[in-house]
Amino acid sequence: MREVDKRTQFSRRGLLRAGATAVPAAALVGASISPTAAWAEAAANLTPHAMATLVRMARDIYPHDHIADVFYIKAVTPWDAKAGKDPAARDMVMTGIARLDSDAQDHHRSDYLGIGWEADRVALLRGIEATKFFSAVRADLVVALYNQPEIWPKFGYEGSSAEHGGYLHRGFNDIDWLPSA
Amino acid sequence: MAQFDLNDDSLVVIIGSGAGGGTLGNELAQKGIKTVILEAGDRHEIQDFVNDEWASFAQLAWSDMRTTSGTWRVHKDFPNLPAWIVKSVGGSTVHWAGASLRIEPHEFKTLTTYGAIPGANLHDWPITREELDPYYDRAESKMGVTRTNGIPGLPGNNNFKVMEAGARKLGYKEVHTGRMAINSQPRDDRGSCQQIGFCFQGCKSGAKWSTLYTEIPKGEATGNLEIRPNAMAIKIEHDASGKVTGVVYADGSGAMQRQKARIVAVAGNSIESPRLLLNSASNLYKDGMANSSGQVGRNYMRHTTGTVYGVFERPVHMYRGTTMAGIVRDEARHDTSRGFVGGYELETLSLGLPFLAAFLDPGAWGRSFASAIDGYSNMAGMWIVGEDLAQETNRITLDPVAKDKHGMPVASVHFDDHPNDTAMRAHAYEQGSAIYRAVGATRTMPTPPYPSTHNLGTNRMSADARDGVVNRFGQAHDIKNLFVSDGSQFTSGAACNPTLTIVALAIRQADTMAGMMQRREI
Repeated sequence: MREVDKRTQFSRRGLLRAGATAVPAAALVGASISPTAAWAEAAANLTPHAMATLVRMARDIYPHDHIADVFYIKAVTPWDAKAGKDPAARDMVMTGIARLDSDAQDHHRSDYLGIGWEADRVALLRGIEATKFFSAVRADLVVALYNQPEIWPKFGYEGSSAEHGGYLHRGFNDIDWLPSA
Repeated sequence: MAQFDLNDDSLVVIIGSGAGGGTLGNELAQKGIKTVILEAGDRHEIQDFVNDEWASFAQLAWSDMRTTSGTWRVHKDFPNLPAWIVKSVGGSTVHWAGASLRIEPHEFKTLTTYGAIPGANLHDWPITREELDPYYDRAESKMGVTRTNGIPGLPGNNNFKVMEAGARKLGYKEVHTGRMAINSQPRDDRGSCQQIGFCFQGCKSGAKWSTLYTEIPKGEATGNLEIRPNAMAIKIEHDASGKVTGVVYADGSGAMQRQKARIVAVAGNSIESPRLLLNSASNLYKDGMANSSGQVGRNYMRHTTGTVYGVFERPVHMYRGTTMAGIVRDEARHDTSRGFVGGYELETLSLGLPFLAAFLDPGAWGRSFASAIDGYSNMAGMWIVGEDLAQETNRITLDPVAKDKHGMPVASVHFDDHPNDTAMRAHAYEQGSAIYRAVGATRTMPTPPYPSTHNLGTNRMSADARDGVVNRFGQAHDIKNLFVSDGSQFTSGAACNPTLTIVALAIRQADTMAGMMQRREI
């Protein structure tokens, strides 16, 4: 069978697109989830702590260990612009994160970001699952994360095919492990 | 290309350009009958289509607001998106997968065959399979359906081969690559399938039949057919005698226009068609047009759908090639020993990664969900197409509050599963999972129904005017120059994809309408 190359292909265009979200493109390569990271400090409307918390949440909501932080960062950074345009959105995010951190302090004497185990953070997210804040972040993320063409090969998805002549000569029927029918 | 005057009252005015409206328009045009099709959407041609699920959705889908209620999960997950259908010239024939099956003889006689079932509102169709067969023949020829007219079947892709191998192991016999309105060899000036995938996003090669690049340009070439895009029908008008006289529509700029008509045919799919009739209420037709039975908008059917995905040790790449690449038909029989009436087909289905994430288990998150997505390349998928039962309470109404940009009340869609639907879906989930387990699936996932693509029954045919909205020709019982030409005519849903039947009915309706016009009956 023809397999898909799952290695990360950083396209200059993809990085430039990330640049359009006000995050310096270069800052994203090897970026980490920290309020002191350059991409978090570049936020204009939300706090760096809020930005880092959103990214940590994103990883906990859709945890794919083979997907680098940069793609989660790209998926949530548009919240900064949304918060700038819409005070209600900013309020929802900041209040939501304050609640999450307060729940974290109650159970772990730490903010959400400081909790070491995913299972402990997920238990806190389950506690706010019904809130508008959580629903909005998740609903946005399911598109913003999975609709990044750069990550598709990592899941073995090849995206647009018409310009390559379809799969007629590229393995539409190349499965080779089935018992004979 | 024809361009008709708004005051030309000799025209047949069709609302909608999909399988029903697009076919009817061409058939009438070929007979020399001047026809205008009002299409709510824009005109996007093959070169405009994109192999990108969300971008294509934004381009083609009917995303105008609708509201929902009922116990169906779509109401919870997609409260303003009850259906995944198209607002563009060609209608949902742009988006459809191409499966073209005839309704079985007993499925035209559900009340006779199944008997009266509590909670259901079953009736026999006022036509039989035998009566429709000559029109099915013409539809299959027109659309170039594989495994008919000597046209070979399509080759099976990886996704089909997985389903086929599992189905054979379980002992299923009727397993093949389907009867598809997708060219397996060049035909009708269109090429053969390139196994592109993205059938739902508009076929980039034109191998799949769509009214957009078959019926509509053929009709236009006669000089008798005008397609008017960006024309959103608002209200059908009538004279003092009750006969319809024309259609008020909003044009692309939002301005209201009035197109006069000799005959009006409604083909806006099973949500918009009843919405338009209900919105055309007047002093004479207080409960909405053609609604003396009270059945307009009722008996909404959407098929007992659902999807089963299986994850395997080794890759499948289900997205390569035709989306609906094959079928298992053994369960389509009516056999109550399974605990339900009617039957279902299993048809392969694949989604790209972006849509799989959105539709696999809407709202789900965490490791269980993410690990399912991690299995994407090793995943196979199949869709359940089963007969759901008509219920009077499953219905389209006008939302009492929400209005669209033209000030017209939006459609509100209420749906609850009948216990028969639930029992059938549970059976299909188990059989679908067993098929995948038989060839080594390490995980199977019964996925809830997506927003509806098969919307049926809301202006149904009936022998008696008290039981339905239209007669055996799709002509309104109440108004002789008003017709319904889409899947909302269906009296029952049957266990198969509806497009072929919609096309067959449209061909038949064109013949009937032309005869009535010639005899000056309408």
